[in-house]
Amino acid sequence: MLFAATLSVATLTACTTPETTDDAAADGDEAAPTATAEGSLLSAIRDRGTLVCGVEGSIPGFSFVESDGSYSGLDVDVCRAVAAAVFETSEVDDLIEYRNLDSTERFTALAGGEVDMLSRNTTWTSSRDAAGGNGMEFAPTTFYDGQGMMVTTASGIQTLEDLEGRSVCVETGTTTELNLADRMRELGVNYNEVKFQDSDATYAAYAEGRCEAVTSDRSQLAARRTTLPSPDEHALLDVTMSKEPLGPVTMNNDSEWFDVVKWVTYGLVQAEEFGITQDSVQEALQSENPEIRRFLGVEGDLGSQLGLSNEFMVYAVEAVGNYGEVYERNIGGQLGIDRGLNMLWTDGGLMYSPPFR
Amino acid sequence: MTTTFPPSSSAPPASNSGGLMAWLRKNLFNNWLNGILTVAISAMLVWVGMSFLEWAFTVAQWSVIPANWQLYFVGRYPNDQYWRLWAIFGLVAILSGLSWGILARNTAQLFTKTALICLGLLGVFGVIMPAPLTSRLLFLGAVILLAAAAWGGRQLGHSVAGIGRWISFAWIASFFVVMWLLAGGFGLESVSTGNWGGLLLTLFISVVSILLCFPMGVLLALGRQSSLPVVRLLSVLYIEIIRGVPLIAILFIGQNMIPLFLPQGMRPDNVYRAILGLTLFSAAYLAENVRGGLQAIPRGQMEAAHALGLNPALTTMLIILPQALKISIPAIVGQFISLFQDTTLLSIVSILELLGISRSILANPSFIGRYWEVYLFIGVIYWLFCYLMSIGSRRIEASLNTEH
Repeated sequence: MLFAATLSVATLTACTTPETTDDAAADGDEAAPTATAEGSLLSAIRDRGTLVCGVEGSIPGFSFVESDGSYSGLDVDVCRAVAAAVFETSEVDDLIEYRNLDSTERFTALAGGEVDMLSRNTTWTSSRDAAGGNGMEFAPTTFYDGQGMMVTTASGIQTLEDLEGRSVCVETGTTTELNLADRMRELGVNYNEVKFQDSDATYAAYAEGRCEAVTSDRSQLAARRTTLPSPDEHALLDVTMSKEPLGPVTMNNDSEWFDVVKWVTYGLVQAEEFGITQDSVQEALQSENPEIRRFLGVEGDLGSQLGLSNEFMVYAVEAVGNYGEVYERNIGGQLGIDRGLNMLWTDGGLMYSPPFR
Repeated sequence: MTTTFPPSSSAPPASNSGGLMAWLRKNLFNNWLNGILTVAISAMLVWVGMSFLEWAFTVAQWSVIPANWQLYFVGRYPNDQYWRLWAIFGLVAILSGLSWGILARNTAQLFTKTALICLGLLGVFGVIMPAPLTSRLLFLGAVILLAAAAWGGRQLGHSVAGIGRWISFAWIASFFVVMWLLAGGFGLESVSTGNWGGLLLTLFISVVSILLCFPMGVLLALGRQSSLPVVRLLSVLYIEIIRGVPLIAILFIGQNMIPLFLPQGMRPDNVYRAILGLTLFSAAYLAENVRGGLQAIPRGQMEAAHALGLNPALTTMLIILPQALKISIPAIVGQFISLFQDTTLLSIVSILELLGISRSILANPSFIGRYWEVYLFIGVIYWLFCYLMSIGSRRIEASLNTEH
């Protein structure tokens, strides 16, 4: 009987794994020599022919599945830009495999080589970056978020102090909840917390008037505000309770691949600064400006220094446009979130690319 | 209990003697307390029903359902490979039809009123479903195929002896064909499990897990009853350890920890890891259900088998198990239904099954906040499949009932 039992387990595992060998060959095997001395993930990705990109998959404006089954969002566009730069084409939709990742599994998936990079609303913190912590590499921030507070205009709340004795809807088990408690204790404001397990439930309760205010990341609040029955009756307070710089992440100890992700991300910002758009990138190739010529690989060898083709930014911008276009398409237009901190440094924001030279 | 039901047009049974009023008086208003309860509860039901209808027709924006129809059913499966899914659908329809016809070969009538109503409902669904015309025609074609196969199966059942065995074999063979069509390879473009989704993935995961956990559960149940101490100990340990850990913990271990233990190159696909987790979990519960059945078999059965000269293996296979499994059917099907519903937990580990894809759809800026409509819709789908399983189990029980 024992024999039969082990046999059944053996056949069972055999039954459940036949595909895995194929798939491992497709996405795991070549990814194996990731951080070892074998070489960079970059060449592994090129050999494999697909980029495996970890996304969240259910955040409005950042990553979600469109009705036709394609992925869309700001985080997704970062994946597409990187894929365009690596594979030297602007038609990248068939070259990327998206993997939805939960916040608990995102770092293990990256560390285990299941995904090549994360582009999933991950906040850059020192412990996640440090070799003694999660040991990740954080590419430049693609979205500066921060915790905000939405109130009904009828409540007359203008500042956090006005929340004295009022109730605030908050999702439980998040840093949001802790930040709120910290901030309110600091201010000495007594408020009632109304906690929910789920974001839909939180906003539904707020919409029904069970609390006068709701707190979450500003991008989320703005996205939700548009879906409330009458958006004009709700306003975001002019407070930011936490810093949430969100950006792509790669594994430690693979500078070559990290540099690619980092400079493609910077490149999108730089393209906006140069005024190069998806439509005008071909014209820009004729530009006389030496900086633009270097940036687009008409002159110099910036791309090949990174292990890419010199025209890598031409493909990336052709695929998704510059940072401003990416923002407008995913976050600004549909969701109506102001650029705020995400403006270029020349316009008073934080988006700043080191020089390409 | 019947006092709590509101009066409705379908309520009076045909065999009552005094018509609707008498039935009402007897069952709903037989004393003043029941009268008050009846009035209060029907008022509440009417109110709830009215509010729901008002919401459904005025507030709800159902456009999220037709707009994402394909995502709900097949997820991100590539559009140009849909024919493979239709082939699977057709194959399953034919096999289901044949099995139905063969099972019903000795009944008076194949297309009973219930069967016709079910076929009719399927047909109506095929006509009204918000999909392209070709999909609707293909769906209707599959329904016709089902009916035709049922008729054919009945004829075959009469003319060919031992056809039942062949049809079982066909089901097993079809599993491999379905796997090939789904995943590709051997001449077909391969479609990675990352692109499977929605109801397709929910059904795939549940069917495979059910098929795998059943034999494993039976073996564990027998192992627990075994007279060999090592086998018994191992079975007990396995069952009690698995039953002591919540399913979500097992799924998390499967998704997050197993990759850390395995060497770098070996990384089983996450859908298969999920199936493994569900199977290992359900097998332990199933084993206990089957054990309940085993213990209900009187000792005399085993002794009689011994007296006839059957060895222990044959005694188990021919005498004990068939009876034990028959007794455990309701509990086993209950386990299958809960396994089917447990697949929703996979949305937490980022697998885009029906609930997971719904969460992704809800993140589409065009459909933010449509969660009522979305969750109601998938709730109906889940209910439909669970109810079908439960009807199926009652049918099997009835057909296996040899008591008088």
